[in-house]
Amino acid sequence: MVEFLLHDHRDTVGVVVMDIQPGQKVKGKALDNGVLLDLTAREAIPLGHKIALKDFQPGDTVVKYGEDIGRVVQPIRAGEHVHVHNLKTKRW
Amino acid sequence: MAELTFQGYRRANGAIGIRNHVVILPVDDISNAAAEGVGRLIQGTLPLPHAYGRLQFGEDLELFFRTMIGTGANPNVAAAVVIGIEPGWTDRIVQGIAQTGKPVAGFSIERHGDLKTIAEAARKAMEFVQWASEQRRESCRLEEIYVSTKCGESDTTTGLASCPTVGEVVDHLVQRGGIACFGETSELTGAEHLVKQRAATPEVAEAFMKTWASYDEFIKRHKTDDLSESQPTKGNIRGGLTTIEEKALGNIQKIGKRAKFVGVLKPAEAPTGRGLWFMDTSSAAAEALTLWAASGAALHLFPTGQGNIVGNPILPVIKLSGNPLTCATMSEHIDLDVSPILKGEMTLADAGKKLLELMVRTANGRLTAAEVLGHREFVLTKLYRSA
Repeated sequence: MVEFLLHDHRDTVGVVVMDIQPGQKVKGKALDNGVLLDLTAREAIPLGHKIALKDFQPGDTVVKYGEDIGRVVQPIRAGEHVHVHNLKTKRW
Repeated sequence: MAELTFQGYRRANGAIGIRNHVVILPVDDISNAAAEGVGRLIQGTLPLPHAYGRLQFGEDLELFFRTMIGTGANPNVAAAVVIGIEPGWTDRIVQGIAQTGKPVAGFSIERHGDLKTIAEAARKAMEFVQWASEQRRESCRLEEIYVSTKCGESDTTTGLASCPTVGEVVDHLVQRGGIACFGETSELTGAEHLVKQRAATPEVAEAFMKTWASYDEFIKRHKTDDLSESQPTKGNIRGGLTTIEEKALGNIQKIGKRAKFVGVLKPAEAPTGRGLWFMDTSSAAAEALTLWAASGAALHLFPTGQGNIVGNPILPVIKLSGNPLTCATMSEHIDLDVSPILKGEMTLADAGKKLLELMVRTANGRLTAAEVLGHREFVLTKLYRSA
């Protein structure tokens, strides 16, 4: 049983599969190769939302499914919640 | 896996239906009252009121006729009564539906009025309902059904669980000679390069990219912001999806890992052969389902994350969800709960098998959640203003 999942081991965010509390130690699993990761959540992250697996700077690309899902617009630290406040589309 | 068979309706044109509706099809908005009048008089009919059908022109009018004719022609429809304000467009739809060989009759209101039209149309509808009630189901293979798929109110669980479950089924059906169709053109943005790689030929890849680019240009021309309250929707965002790219990458899990798509269809256009097809559709659920029903789809697979509750009057919609919160709080809308996938307690292969079993039961006549709850959203796609 893990708290978050990665579609691809190259992903830089994971999806939490239950509500996560600040400071909670969480374990993740990459669905493509089964590799396990350990991380500490820095803030509350609701079921289905994304947790940062590394530090990001504005302009960085976030990778999920091994693909580009958008650009970072605010600094993000590993363990923080990644969502519309710090990640934007590159398309529209 | 053993061959999956069910009892279905083999129509005169060879298409396989899983329902046996007698539809009352108004040609235009002002004929809705007469169509609903027939529906109140004759039990077992299904009136399909809608908002359009007047003063449309050009490509928009062609799409309108394709949708109306295709709805009547759908193999889940046994027979159709068409009611319009005047006889010209009414007859065009009647003749289109008649190509299938099924019973169809048209009535027009001008020079008769609503009451006389309802009386005459009701008499014909009664004859059709009694005829339809004697149609017998025959043994069919599951791959003989044309299956469409789109997701709605997606979240990150759709990309992890419910969409890849559909992908398992699409690979299974296409490998065995089935017909499947995906679409949602705008919602492939961010994954269009991956979809392009799944085209069966360079020509199909080029046709897909042309269709996608045209939709993308249309959005850029009309948008007033980054669209992040419409694509992704507010519901998508609440469920954890952040960008259109992320949404698209989850969406395309529905087309499986192996199947290549063999052609690009216009909205409401019927596939001309077997295999996986792409149709140019809006990503709005009721519009897209109406287009797929009009293209002849007999069964629809609908993954949802946050809980889209859509249905269609003639196309049974099987809902599956991988979100445990949605499955717990909206259980009456969910036909298949695949949320154990998130906890590693169910594999995608097992979920695919469960979905195939549910498809067989649904094809045999088991009503879907959307059917039982009365979700009959019939929503025409309109391309631009009327003349």
